[in-house]
Amino acid sequence: MPEITRLQELVYELKIGEVMTREVVTVAPQTSMTELREILREHRISGVPVVENGELVGIISIEDLIKALAAGEMEAPVGEKMTRDPVTLRTDGPVVLAINHFTSYDFGRFPVVDGKRKLVGVLTRGDIIQGLLKKLEVEYHEEEIHRYRASHIFEDIASDRTSIVLHYDVVARDFDHAGEASSKIKSALSRLGASPQIVRRVAIATYEAEMNIILHTDEGGEISAEVQPGRITIRAVDTGPGIPDIEQAMQPGFSTAPEWIRELGFGAGMGLINIQRCADEMRLESPESRWTSLEVVIALDGEKGEK
Amino acid sequence: MTLEELGRKLSLEVRTATGKLGTEVTGGYAADLLSCAMAKARAGNVWVTLQSHPNVVAVASLLNLAGVIVTEGMIPDAATLEKAEEEGIPILTTELTTFTVVGRLFELGVPGVE
Repeated sequence: MPEITRLQELVYELKIGEVMTREVVTVAPQTSMTELREILREHRISGVPVVENGELVGIISIEDLIKALAAGEMEAPVGEKMTRDPVTLRTDGPVVLAINHFTSYDFGRFPVVDGKRKLVGVLTRGDIIQGLLKKLEVEYHEEEIHRYRASHIFEDIASDRTSIVLHYDVVARDFDHAGEASSKIKSALSRLGASPQIVRRVAIATYEAEMNIILHTDEGGEISAEVQPGRITIRAVDTGPGIPDIEQAMQPGFSTAPEWIRELGFGAGMGLINIQRCADEMRLESPESRWTSLEVVIALDGEKGEK
Repeated sequence: MTLEELGRKLSLEVRTATGKLGTEVTGGYAADLLSCAMAKARAGNVWVTLQSHPNVVAVASLLNLAGVIVTEGMIPDAATLEKAEEEGIPILTTELTTFTVVGRLFELGVPGVE
């Protein structure tokens, strides 16, 4: 499946009513072709809907005008030269539908009608391009603003101690969602403006803590990341079974993982070592060997990298 | 060298994220233990492994790897491919063994990262 770009999403999200030209120049069936020429020239457009008693009855374009000019029929009324019962689009249709219409019909514009078939606008290829570009530009600005706000949050909010805590529930044996908590923490930190080196260390430490909860606990646990000026503290807490011998658990390669988990590439006995390499401070406790609490501090100023 | 060029030269089959093959590969890493990859692989590296379950994608994504080469004819399951597509991680597959793939990558000038 190819990657779906934001632009492709937008053509489904955006409605025709949002991108169409609303101020529609129209003519009556009685308007002469000579008058039409003036109207097209004046408004710098290449076609107009024809309306009679408020109802859409046809559409006439510069092509029809050229034909009339060639045939010397410039005094004929628009009603004789127009295309009757033109193909219309509805305001609530997605832009992708309009794009399909432009591909399947060879028209330069479509009249747009509302639910009651009243003419409310006109849509050209140019309108679609402009509408998409505008929307993308707005979104780009919004993202910039989000980013700016997020990375300046500690300057904007005055308190004696400001911190943001992100909480993530981790379900035991849930391999399908393994890595999601770390992935979310990673993007949150990037948005908060943490350096790639810091983000990498936090990502590794939280991933290993997350996998430990998924692989070894009875009922899962919680991972939180607390962001404060100068430091990030990661806490991973579960409800058991706990680690009987922490010193042994910290030995590289020591693992209690069953064979089937090792075959998947987990349980190498390197998780805690990896966490320690990324941490400036690490505290691992398992009181009465019943539950486990891991606290990892990563300093933001040191930028010392993995050990 | 980009992942696309490597894929062509080693006749790898691109399974996901065809739009992300233009990344310049900064080096290579090979192992089947996820924690080892987590510890040693660097951003922009290509990871050669015969693991093919969804967590491979999680690791690759967390480390911003250029892509993953899955060896020995292992075909990642649908969940893995879907996740890789979502995260924009190219997965390339081959019948070759990890040893051969790494050897060929080395010949092509992709360095190991120590």
